[in-house]
This record gives sequence, C-alpha cells and structure tokens, in this order.
Amino acid sequence: MAVKNVIEAVREALREEMQRDSKVFILGEDVGRRGGVFLATHELIDEFGESRVIDTPLAEASIMGIALGAAFRGMRPIPEVQFSDFIWPAMNQLIGETARACYGTNGALPVPMTIRVPYGGGIRGGLFHSQNVETIFFHTPGLKVVAPATPYDAKGLLKSAIRDNSPVVFLEHKKTYRLVRGELPEEEYTLPIGQADIKRAGENITVVSYGLMLHYCLEAAEAVAGEGIDVEVVDLRTLKPLDKETVLNSVKKTGKLLIVHEDNVTGGVGAEIAALAADEAFEYLDAPVTRLCGPDVPTMPFAQTLEDEYMPNTDKIAQALRKQAAY
Amino acid sequence: MPRKKTTRSNGTEDSEVAIAQSLEGLPEGLTTGDLVDSYTNMIMVRTMDERIWALNRQGKVPIAASCQGHEAAQLGSLLAAQKDGRCFLFPYYRDLGLKMAAGLTPTQVMLSFMGKEGEPYSNARQFPLQGADLEHNIIQISNVVGAGLTQAVGYALACKMQDDDTVVLTYFGDGASSQGEAHEAMNFAGVHQLPVIFVCENNHYAISVPQSRQMATDDLASRAQGYGFPGFTVDGMDIVRCYEATREAISHARTQGPVLLEMQVERLMPHTTDDDHLRYRTQEELDSANQRDPVVNFGSDLLARGIITQEKFEAIKAEALQAINEATDVADAANPPDPSTMWGRVYSE
Repeated sequence: MAVKNVIEAVREALREEMQRDSKVFILGEDVGRRGGVFLATHELIDEFGESRVIDTPLAEASIMGIALGAAFRGMRPIPEVQFSDFIWPAMNQLIGETARACYGTNGALPVPMTIRVPYGGGIRGGLFHSQNVETIFFHTPGLKVVAPATPYDAKGLLKSAIRDNSPVVFLEHKKTYRLVRGELPEEEYTLPIGQADIKRAGENITVVSYGLMLHYCLEAAEAVAGEGIDVEVVDLRTLKPLDKETVLNSVKKTGKLLIVHEDNVTGGVGAEIAALAADEAFEYLDAPVTRLCGPDVPTMPFAQTLEDEYMPNTDKIAQALRKQAAY
Repeated sequence: MPRKKTTRSNGTEDSEVAIAQSLEGLPEGLTTGDLVDSYTNMIMVRTMDERIWALNRQGKVPIAASCQGHEAAQLGSLLAAQKDGRCFLFPYYRDLGLKMAAGLTPTQVMLSFMGKEGEPYSNARQFPLQGADLEHNIIQISNVVGAGLTQAVGYALACKMQDDDTVVLTYFGDGASSQGEAHEAMNFAGVHQLPVIFVCENNHYAISVPQSRQMATDDLASRAQGYGFPGFTVDGMDIVRCYEATREAISHARTQGPVLLEMQVERLMPHTTDDDHLRYRTQEELDSANQRDPVVNFGSDLLARGIITQEKFEAIKAEALQAINEATDVADAANPPDPSTMWGRVYSE
C-alpha cells in the first residue's frame, strides 16, 4: 500500500469515478487548468477534457443551480466550492432547492450530486477562509453530510458519495489536505456513508469527533493514556445520517461522553449528540456530557493568538478528558 | 389579427430570426386547426383559472396564482415547443396555462389546487402544479423566483454533454429578472452557447412593484446583448406572434445558442388569491389592460376571420364549463393524501 495524503486521496477518488462513469463531471472555479486551488483536480482536465472538468465563472449560486439542473437530466455532477466560506451565495440552491428536490417531487427527481467543500480553520485563513459550515447542512433533511479525517476514509467515502443517488455535502478539512497521510490500498474500495469508525478503542471515556479535530482527539487520548485514562475515540466520518448506534454503544460502554468539534458550540453537531445521549443512554451516563467546541464568535480570527484562542487543540482536549475522568 | 413586429433589442428588425411579417397567411407550421385547438385550450385554461379563484373564496383552494392575461404567451410558446417535439420546459408559478395545456386533464389540475391525492406534480406536497411532471417534460421544483433559471441552464448543459438536441425553455416573470441568478444563468448560457431559451413573461409587476422600480430600461430583451446572444420583445397578447417567435427561437437555440424572448403581457388579476391589486393599480389601468385580454381578442379574431362559427364558439365555452364542473366535483369528492405519505422520499429510495 502506498502512503498518500488527503488531497491525493480525493484526486484518486475523482479520477477513478470519472473513469468508471461518463456521467460524472466536475464544475467549479479554477478546477480546470489550475487544477483547483488545492490541486484536488490537478491534471484531470488533461484526462477528461474541458467538457467534464468545467471552469465556471466566479458565481457560486449558478455553480450549484447548474449542477442541480444537470443532475435532473441524469448526470452526476461534482460541484466544487472553492472555500466553504464562499458557499453562502449558493445556499438557496443547496438548502432551498437541492435538499427539497426529491421530497418536493414525491421522489421523481433524485439528485445524484456531490458537493465538495474544503472547510475549516487552523490555517490562518481568517474569517473568510476558515469557516465551519457543517451545522447548517447537518440540520437539513434531504442532504447527506460526510466529513472524513483520513486519506483512506476520504477516498472510500468520496467514491460512495459520487455513486449515491442523493445529494452529499462532502466536507474536506483544508488542514488535513497535506498534513494527514495514510496508507491507501492499491485495489478498488468504497466505504459506506452513515457508518462511524472507532479510531481508538478504550474503556473510560468516549470522545466523538470528526475532521481535523479527530486527530487532536487521538493525540489527547495518547497524552492521557499514561495517566490511566483509557479513551475511546469515535470518528463520525458521516454527520448525516448520524451513526447513532456506534455512538450509543460506545457511550453505554464508557459511561462518559466528550464531543469535540471546531464549529461553533451552540446548536452544533455536538448539541445533537448530547441530546442523543440524554435521550437514549441516560441511564448509562456517569458524568455530564461535555462539549469542547469552537466558541460563539463568527469564525477563528486571523492573528495567530486569536486563532489559537478559538481553536480546540490537543492540550485543551486532554484537559477536558482529565476533568471527565475525575468526575 | 394584430401583428406587432418582433424587434431585436436594438430596435431593428432581425434577419436571422426572421418572423414571417410579410406572410398574409399563417406562419410556418401553423394551421387553422391549431388555432381552434389553441383557442379551445385557452378557454379551458381561463375557465379553470376563474373557477379556482372562486373555489379559493369558498375555502376549497388555499392559494392560486392566476395566469389571466398570460394565456397567449404561454400557449403560443407551448405550441411551438410541442410541434418541435424535442423541448423541455422549466416554467414558473404563474404558468397554469402552460402546465395545463401541456397535457394535464382538468381533474388533475383541480386535484392539484385542492391538494388532493393523485396530484400530478408532487402528490400535493407542494403548492399547486409545482414539483415535476416528467411525462410532459416539465420541472418546476420551487417558487423561489429565478432559481429555476440556473437549473434550466444546467439541464441544457447536460443535454449538450449527452449529444442530445433537446432545447430547454425556462419561463420567468419580470420580477425574477432582478435576481442575481437570472444574470448568472444567462451569462453561463452565453459562455457555453447552450440550447436554452429564456422566456420572460413581462407583466410589468413584481407583485406590487412596477417595472419602473425594477429596472431602468424599457425592456428586458436588451439585456441579451450583454450576454452575447439575441433578445427579442414580442407582443405576448398575440398567440400567433408568440408561437412564431418561439419557433424561431427554438431553431436558433438548437443550432446557435441561447435566446432571450420577452413576451409583453398584462396581469389581469391580483398577484395571487391573497393579493388586492387595487392597492397599487388604478381601475383605469386595469380597464385598459382588460381591453387587451388575449382570450377575448383571440376569440373575436377567430370569429371575424371566419375560422370558427358562432356556434362553435359557444360550444367551446360550454364544453369547457362542463369539463371544469365535472373536474370540480371529482376533485371535491377526492380524498386528501393519507397522512402517512408525509413520510419518505426525503432521499432517493
């Protein structure tokens, strides 16, 4: 098996699915000759031509609306939103139209579309190149939301998303693109959407996370392991539909739950998981469910000190774990 | 029959998309039989339109947007699309006439307005006649104005990618023309020379806001120049003009790329059953608009030219009334959707 990073895994998935199915095509800003600003689509235009790797005008609403219309004709579009921060002009097409198309036509118009969204902070992106946007999609029936943390998961889940007949918002954490490396099998594989993965087994505390934060959680778990705190780390991988079973089974085993995400704490994915634990694992809980999330300021600011203040990190997570363990 | 010239946006007559101005008879592909059929459809649509308004006042139809005044534009362009046979339509919320004449029975339409089981577009999940009628090549998934334009462009892009010669017609009002997506859709269609026709049914009102407060120009068609394709203004109260212009536009779209067709119409009724247009329009203005009623004038024209007899004229109205009466009774007695049908099909199944 070759060791690859996340962006290479994304590119491999795109290439393989475009080879596999001529209905798959990419559209977005700078995805052609430039190969995407993160090079996710590097050289794909050479292999598939400009009719299947379409450089669009700088206009996100139409990127999404055009993708949706093409999906109505049986294509499998993969619109790329250059940065999650630029997705807002497309929100009517995504939340208003795409998410409701299947329901609003009583099933006549499924939407086989994968919206690739580089997201997240910790990269000195400031207010408009760092945003976490997952909660809004997580809240929206009709969309699926995938947020992998590793190259292996990114490739397997992206291939499944492209083959899915429902719209999938595919969130790629920018900081993982080149930072996170892992082995990719030579042979073809896919991973099922809607299944969490236990990235580290443990007995004392369950930590639920996804994306970049998953890696910080794993580091924090190692940091406290020597203190006799045995942490189980659950990687959601898919936010919607949520793998309730894996989360609940882990919580029932450990009795303690910490949720870590970079997105704002209020009304976030963590709030839903806390409610899930309260609803369905109440009698198993030995400590208050805790969230370690981005604070309720609009985004992580630009200056290093300000960004650090915002971001959850390994030390903060380790502290939260110690507090849980001591309860 | 009144023949207003179709003009290019710069005011000159177009030679490429020439409309057969000099022809004494009917334009290419159109027979007197078509005119009678279209008039029959128009009367059916008008009778339905009037009935659903009355049913709204009786509490049986929650909401309706009337197409009165738009019938010639909708049925003229539809006729061209149907005769072509390779068109796909993205109408908007005021296109009752288009959607009905595309092939729905009066009963299906009435089920839709009453929100009953068997509603053809979404099984009554959505507002009347909103969702998709794929059997008749129609998609309109929302009533966020302008949103359908980019979708129509995407549909046309897919047709081109699939080497399919379908032409897409997307309909919208002058109100939607202010949306950013209207610009984005036309811009992208121009760049890629897509087989799409932007049909603006310009009734000069965005609910209550007159055209003068929506745009600084007298017409919409002139915008097409900025996107690199032709735009035309057509008398939308004249079904033959609308047919001709759409037929030529289809031919242009298939071989050369997009066209913007502005059909100038009148909105004879309030915006919807929940609106009172006398709050922002004068009675004099409405009286003047009613003088241009496309259904009344088309009927008078057919009679004057001897294309239909007075007897046929009366029979068409009587048959429409009977059909709408029957549809009303059937839909009124029909069951609403079972509550369990609220569930499911949120995702592809």
